[in-house]
Amino acid sequence: MSYKLPAFRHPDLPVNDLGYTRADYEGSISTLCAGCGHDSINGAIVRACHELSLEPHKIAKLSGIGCSSKAPTYFLGKSHGFNSVHGRMPSVATGAAMANRDLMYLGVSGDGDTASIGMGQFAHVVRRNLNMVYIVMNNGCYGLTKGQDSATADEGSASKKGDPNLFGAIDLPGLALQLGATFVARSFSGDKDQLVPLIKAAMSHRGFALIDVISPCVTFNNNPGSTKSYEFVREHAEATGTMDFVPMRDEITTRYQAGSMHEVTLHDGSVLHLHKMSDTHDPFDRGSAIHAVEQSRAKGEILTGLVYMNKDSTELHEVLQTSQRPLNALDESDLCPGSKMLDNINASLR
Amino acid sequence: MKPIQSVNDFVIKFANVNGTGSASANNLFAKALFRMGLPVSPKNIFPSNIQGLPTWYEVRVSEKGYLGRRGGVDIMLSVNPQSMAQDIQELESGGYFIYDSTKPLDLRLIRNDVSIIGLPLTRICNEQYKDPRQRQLFKNVIYVGALAALLNMDFKVLTECVSDQFKGKEKLILPNIHALELGYQYAKESFDCPIGISVRTADKVGDKILLDGNTALGLGAIYGGATVVAWYPITPSTSVVDAFEKYAKRMRIDPGTGRHNYAIVQAEDELSAIGMVLGASWNGARAFTATSGPGVSLMSEFLGLAYFAEIPTVLYNVQRAGPSTGMPTRTQQSDVLSCAYASHGDTKQVLLFPSTPKECFDFGAQSFDLAERLQTPIILMTDLDLGMNDNMSSPLAWDDTTRYDRGKVLSAEDLDGLEKYGRYLDVDGDAICYRTYPGTHPEKGAFFTRGTSRDEYAVYTEKGEEYEKNMHRLMAKWETIKEYVPRPEIVSCGKDIDTAVLYYGTSEESSREALAYLAEDGIDLDAMRVRSFPFNKEVEDFIDQHERVFVIEQNRDAQLRTLLMAEFELGPDKLKSVLCFDGTPISARNIRKQILLHMPGHNVTPLHPEKVASGAGE
Ligand SMILES: Cc1ncc(C[n+]2csc(CCOP(=O)(O)OP(=O)(O)O)c2C)c(N)n1
Ligand code: SF4
Ligand SMILES: [Mg+2]
Repeated sequence: MSYKLPAFRHPDLPVNDLGYTRADYEGSISTLCAGCGHDSINGAIVRACHELSLEPHKIAKLSGIGCSSKAPTYFLGKSHGFNSVHGRMPSVATGAAMANRDLMYLGVSGDGDTASIGMGQFAHVVRRNLNMVYIVMNNGCYGLTKGQDSATADEGSASKKGDPNLFGAIDLPGLALQLGATFVARSFSGDKDQLVPLIKAAMSHRGFALIDVISPCVTFNNNPGSTKSYEFVREHAEATGTMDFVPMRDEITTRYQAGSMHEVTLHDGSVLHLHKMSDTHDPFDRGSAIHAVEQSRAKGEILTGLVYMNKDSTELHEVLQTSQRPLNALDESDLCPGSKMLDNINASLR
Repeated sequence: MKPIQSVNDFVIKFANVNGTGSASANNLFAKALFRMGLPVSPKNIFPSNIQGLPTWYEVRVSEKGYLGRRGGVDIMLSVNPQSMAQDIQELESGGYFIYDSTKPLDLRLIRNDVSIIGLPLTRICNEQYKDPRQRQLFKNVIYVGALAALLNMDFKVLTECVSDQFKGKEKLILPNIHALELGYQYAKESFDCPIGISVRTADKVGDKILLDGNTALGLGAIYGGATVVAWYPITPSTSVVDAFEKYAKRMRIDPGTGRHNYAIVQAEDELSAIGMVLGASWNGARAFTATSGPGVSLMSEFLGLAYFAEIPTVLYNVQRAGPSTGMPTRTQQSDVLSCAYASHGDTKQVLLFPSTPKECFDFGAQSFDLAERLQTPIILMTDLDLGMNDNMSSPLAWDDTTRYDRGKVLSAEDLDGLEKYGRYLDVDGDAICYRTYPGTHPEKGAFFTRGTSRDEYAVYTEKGEEYEKNMHRLMAKWETIKEYVPRPEIVSCGKDIDTAVLYYGTSEESSREALAYLAEDGIDLDAMRVRSFPFNKEVEDFIDQHERVFVIEQNRDAQLRTLLMAEFELGPDKLKSVLCFDGTPISARNIRKQILLHMPGHNVTPLHPEKVASGAGE
């Protein structure tokens, strides 16, 4: 069951530029387990959209199947959503994005949904650089089918059932980089300060933006021995840096220390302030990003934050040179060549 | 041996090696006959291979206008030593065997009951051309020239066809005409022309066109307003998307901006292709994919979701024989059941059965109206025979007053006036509910699309009653659908008769011809061509009105018959099967023979007794 949230709102809730409170970005009450990492990510999405003053109905939410893929019910209740089939959200998102380039496409998937059954579609949506945000709620297990190891579970990590996982993990950010992804980030459901600006930056990125969010499954994979538990992730997360995102219309007021600060203007005029932790990792250099992912893996750390961004990427609509007017807005007069043309074709076939 | 004598009525077969450029020469031959006013039906019989294996091209010429496969071959033009032994055996007694006589014919192959005509094709080419590629290409053109003499074709028409074919590449016209002349001269000088079989200009094609079904489908999608195309290559459906792209580049590029009013995505597989179609259609664009049997199998899960979530979906299935390592380049109508009930759960899918290029165009365009009106997948069932062969067809036509039927979709203003929106609420009593596109209204009309675990307002629920209610509504919608899908075509023999035939798709031409033969045998039958599933009321009535109905199809398991029995709860006696499933198009002779076996007092007296023994091979 899902429950409608009560309509009553406190009158003093802060409103954004559109006059919306954060509640306007919420969905139905979550039916996920109490403490599930996915719910924290839902909260971060709500906050990011509210703070960015996005029109909720201009966002389309798409997902596959899993606890994670149920999550879109619990945010952005004014947006259309599509709970598709297991592992195939990327294709549905691709079709949807082709139909209307004016909406924002927010895909939500799980590690099973993306790294196993949906691996093929994931690889190809990255390769096509579809203009979308793709969030993986990564808990190292199949929550909805009761906790089997997934392909992102680390070798030796043990879920609640107890047996250590026998196979190496697929590292989604590393894979996405290899596939040519133009925006790659990793975060942790328990670190909203990092996650919210990452979601905002991903939403401003033109092209495919992956955020792999480690999101502990409290019911099946949050035990000692698991490398996807809250405790383990807190201990091993190593941030690339801190980041702040300033939307285009906001004045830049925050002051940062000079030196380690990196200011990047995105295509829509928004600005990213990056506070780098490492001298060797340059998130705007693909080679450096690939190296950083490998290094952190070798050290047994979980690299979080912005891993890589190509802010001049060419997204699919540009590659295909599709009309600036959304394809779903075209009618007979734009699309149908008419009978005269057909007469010519007939004549050529005699 | 009496050589076959006939004018404007024969079957010629070309035995070639694939990848040698024979296709364009063979097309030239068929086109020239068509332009002489003769009904022709060319058919490609090709291997699943790119170069080096035997490939055949069969052309039936029939002044009477019979376009189905006849069975039997009167003239064999054999330029492939690999298949020669088999090719000569295929000839009718009295037929003509034309071969490349540069090398002497293996004496063991010679049949006494056929005329043998040698053309030294390789020798002529070697004398004329230095470049090995030219030697190969012009060899084909030379035999067409020789045929012109042997069959008394209008040489001028042939040269006009060449000029048209190479429009824009004028340099190639003269060399090709020269090659035609080489063959023509050689045959004229060496043989008594014409041979027993010849052609004569007639006026039997009217305003007809010669077009393959896949091109017609691609054009139908252009005219029907498709903007998003997602596909994965598979024979015999690939040329649908090729055609769409070709015409889109001509007719769908904005002259001002150079931008495309379409998007074609070559997907990573068929699962993805159909997923893209669902996503685009859900978001208000007209979208389609084209595939064949193996692709349909992969699309099955999404077809179920589209059925339950009621998402318009257009799928063109160009059917072929068997699995990928089956006979992928041969024709069949063998996906009827897998498509009609495609997917898990209680699903029923709408099928359309075109039988001509014109119908491919019409149904191809209409599919989008139907999908959006009915909010369900529309699977258009064509096949390799129709899709990849040039078929003589009525010209394509479009009424410029046509407006696309976008179905029940609420606008922002509609939503403003609405108290409460229910995506799956049957407001009008026709079991079709109202859709909203994402992005329509800031406050109203948004919903979460999922399979069946939701109520009429698209709110999540797993209650059994809600599920059942929804499934009953989908069944009621099935009844509504019957009113919208194309009705059958009924041809009454005009007598009070209790026996009939029923056919669909590419069995039409051969069935019509078989009915004419049976009438000569003294057997008159009513006929119905089914054009869609669910079956409309007319289909039911027609079957009711007859004691016995022969169901003619090109598959082993009598799939449409099974569907008819299941939908109308018929016993096994009423419907009799007439089947062909060897991968070649069903022939009139074959149909006649199978029907006669059921007719008391009619022993099989074949029109061409010597051929009946090969039975299913026809
Ligand atoms: C084709 C298909 N196979 C299997 C399933 C069963 N199934 C449902 S959810 C799921 C795994 C989900 O795991 P993940 O994507 O990691 O999501 P989580 O529940 O962990 O958030 C599976 C295997 C299905 N729904 N569809
Ligand atoms: S099973 Fe795990 S993933 Fe699913 S809702 Fe519960 S905690 Fe979250
Ligand atoms: Mg998971």
